[in-house]
Amino acid sequence: MPIRAFSALPLLLATPLLLATPLHADPDPGDWESVLDEARGQTVYWYAWAGEERTNDYIQWTGRQVAEQFDIELVHVKIGDTAEAVSRVLAEKQAGNHERGNVDLIWVNGENFATMKANDLLFGPWSEQAPHYPLTDPENTPAVRYDWTIPVDGLELPWSNSQVVFYYDTALVDEHPRSMPELLDWARENPGDFTYARVPNFLGNAFITQALLELSDDTERFYAPVEEADFEAATAPLWDFLDELHPHLWRSGRAFPANSAELRRLMGDGEISIGLSFSTTEASGAIANFELPDSVRSYVHDDGMIGNMSFLAIPYNAQHKAGAMVVADYLLSPEAQAEKQDPVVWGSNTVLSLDTLSEEDRARFQDIDLGIATLAPDELGQVLGQPHPSWVDALEAAWQARHVRN
Amino acid sequence: MILRLAPLLIVTLLVGPILAGLVMAMLPAFGYLPALGGTEFSLTPWRELFAQPGLARSVAISFSSGLVTTLISLTVVLLFLAGASGSRLDRWIRRMVSPLLSIPHAAAAFGLAFLIAPSGLISRLVSPGVTGWERPPDLLIVQDPWGLSLMAGLVIKEIPFLLLMSLAALPQLDPDRRVAMARSLGYRPTIAWLKAVMPALYPLIRLPVYAVIAYATSVVDVALILGPTLPPTLSVSILTWFHDPDLARRFMASAGAVLQLGVTAAALATWWCLECLVARLGRRWIDRGGRRRGELSLRLAGKGLILLATFTAFVGIASLALNSVAGFWRFPDVLPQGFTTSHWLRALPNLSGPVASTVLIATAATLIALVLTLAALENEQRTGRHPAQGRLVSSLGLLYLPLIVPQIAFLFGLVVVMESLGTRPQHALVIFGHLLFVLPYVFLSLSEAYRRFDPRWSQLALSLGASRNTAFWRVRLPMLLAPMLTACAVGLAVSIGQYLPTQLLGAGRVPTVTTEALSLAAGGNRRVIGVWALVQASLPLVGFIIAVGLPRLLWSNRRGMRGSP
Repeated sequence: MPIRAFSALPLLLATPLLLATPLHADPDPGDWESVLDEARGQTVYWYAWAGEERTNDYIQWTGRQVAEQFDIELVHVKIGDTAEAVSRVLAEKQAGNHERGNVDLIWVNGENFATMKANDLLFGPWSEQAPHYPLTDPENTPAVRYDWTIPVDGLELPWSNSQVVFYYDTALVDEHPRSMPELLDWARENPGDFTYARVPNFLGNAFITQALLELSDDTERFYAPVEEADFEAATAPLWDFLDELHPHLWRSGRAFPANSAELRRLMGDGEISIGLSFSTTEASGAIANFELPDSVRSYVHDDGMIGNMSFLAIPYNAQHKAGAMVVADYLLSPEAQAEKQDPVVWGSNTVLSLDTLSEEDRARFQDIDLGIATLAPDELGQVLGQPHPSWVDALEAAWQARHVRN
Repeated sequence: MILRLAPLLIVTLLVGPILAGLVMAMLPAFGYLPALGGTEFSLTPWRELFAQPGLARSVAISFSSGLVTTLISLTVVLLFLAGASGSRLDRWIRRMVSPLLSIPHAAAAFGLAFLIAPSGLISRLVSPGVTGWERPPDLLIVQDPWGLSLMAGLVIKEIPFLLLMSLAALPQLDPDRRVAMARSLGYRPTIAWLKAVMPALYPLIRLPVYAVIAYATSVVDVALILGPTLPPTLSVSILTWFHDPDLARRFMASAGAVLQLGVTAAALATWWCLECLVARLGRRWIDRGGRRRGELSLRLAGKGLILLATFTAFVGIASLALNSVAGFWRFPDVLPQGFTTSHWLRALPNLSGPVASTVLIATAATLIALVLTLAALENEQRTGRHPAQGRLVSSLGLLYLPLIVPQIAFLFGLVVVMESLGTRPQHALVIFGHLLFVLPYVFLSLSEAYRRFDPRWSQLALSLGASRNTAFWRVRLPMLLAPMLTACAVGLAVSIGQYLPTQLLGAGRVPTVTTEALSLAAGGNRRVIGVWALVQASLPLVGFIIAVGLPRLLWSNRRGMRGSP
């Protein structure tokens, strides 16, 4: 009997303790010192797309840095699609878990951000108080303040800059196209040698958006919600273009690769000779990784290419908000951004404005060797902004209705 | 007393979560999901679902791939068994079954994809010599719109499963005597087997066959790799909708999950009708009394097809192994231009964590399943109640519910249920999720051997004064070591292969080799996939090696207890 009474003791002792724990107050981003204090010893679960080994390696490197500098344990929760993390937060909200969410930090942008913001799934505002935020020169960089035209409102911190580039195999292609109409002509002469990722993959969306922007005379309307414009009329040139292009694509446009990685594999296998990517250094990285022949080079269209920024956000119910804020801010530091930009490590472009940096920090970026297939910053041309997310939704639906077989 | 509770415990453990998960999928399907502002019931999700482009085609492909896959796999297995004569080749094929079963579906699918793609290994072997192709031909083979490559990938994996299940059920039918009897009446061996053994065997493997139909109609990972894309199969579409950034699509996705349940049920019902038809036609065929027609062609077809499937699976895996050490490898080179260990070196430091949690989860789930299975079976022996074999509606028949209900239909709902209960996604929850799928397979693998066990051994022990418990621990268990280990190996393999339950119930925070492999597969680098697929395939193999090796080691002086050769 005494044994049984004894075993219940810890439970009895614990109960008042549990009841006495106050509801946890959110950290105050205005007082960064207290955020740092609170973050110490926390474990931050970062839900980030994990399809690329170089990305994963970089996140591991970050984990070592924040453990050393801030005493934070960073866990990379590997997901195949950012929406999985959004689903998780939603399921928690559905079940009434408003305090102890599993997701502390998400790598996010565009549609996922718009959805999370619209459904009140985000914590904040906090990002404008992050110590490294001013280095992005927000006053003069609208991309930092608007994520696909949606106001960021301090709910996410800029992290990565990306721009679409085409890449081609110089061993198979003499002269690369410089615009969408030229691409069509080229595809006619080289049937089966080009394709793009399947819509609604983000790279597929980027290709049709790029075509839409290039083929339209008036692009202003794409930056306002789609309801305010005549969708049929505005997109007619795009559908005409695709109808002409598709018969000359890989597999005659009856199938498309699922994502940028599959597209890259087709290029490596020699099935196609022009591809595209959302990372300016992808070709160089893939050559180093034996995935592409070293005859591959990048190029851009004359009228500019679609580009966007990706961000770090904290869900409203994250359990370790202070830790997440500290990790996000560290990721924006010149040290972490320079490491990320090195193609040997990852090769993802910085969001920092180099003019705001100290001499020493600027040197970190200028010393990076970008790799043989990477265009220099001045060769990348003009960056075209992402249209309003509602356009992308409408484009996705229209593309599917036209190209999915019934 | 505790034993009596075992069947009840098993059924609650399995049926409860599935029903709860289904309800939570059903509510949003009819518009009820307060977190997204859905507080009233409506049919809008269904209207949206049916307005989706390509829905009819998705449904048709899911439905037909389920039936065709099962039909082909079952035919091949039955023909092989009919034509098997105990030759060395037959024994070799039987021995290959276990390792084939241990190859995870996704790994087998990747292997097949690399084999048959226009830029794949077969095409490289004959190019440019025979074909004159300097660059890969523009042919739509992998991910073809009719789902043929998807079906091929599934057939390769379902053949070993059905074969193992048949081999486990056969001994109780005493096939040799049946065949001998038929042969004495002048039937050729293969015809004799088909007419005298098969009709008795089928009811015993009916449940596994239904599980194959359910699996093939709703599979996600293989369909992602080999299945059609415009539109994809229904299950893949549902997954995409669940993961759509537009949260309002969750309603439609739930409706899709319910539709998937209907498609699977329809496939099962169609199969049941086919069963009746075949039974009727088959009876006429047997009654007619033909003794030799078709003997040779049937036998050759059985052997040829099973060899083809086995060979394809192994070459696929071998090509993945080659990829994992390949440098740059351009078409039409048969071998890579160079070899490198960098892919392995890069992966090795990341292996330990996922491997450890995979082993932990698989072992725990399998042990729990084994204990529950033994308890239920022992209870059956002691009470003398034997459930009707092969019938779906016996109480323990509910055991197979997790194999029949598509994962995608209830797992998303189950996550919400678990969240409401406040359970933290940790290893325990993942183990529980795996148990849903491990338990039926362990039961399926062990029950026949257990029920067939000669009762006279226990009676002998009892008559010598041993208690029932002693008889169980000291006689039955040791003598059943070999089948128990095989069941464990199957359980481990099933657990290791689970993707959706691990990812959803673990909130992604419990990495196993399978979740790692599939998230890296999203990156599409065939070399990295090669590394992870090999790791993923080798873990269950260890289990099977132990299952075969341990009884031989322990019972080196008792030949009869070493299990089947």
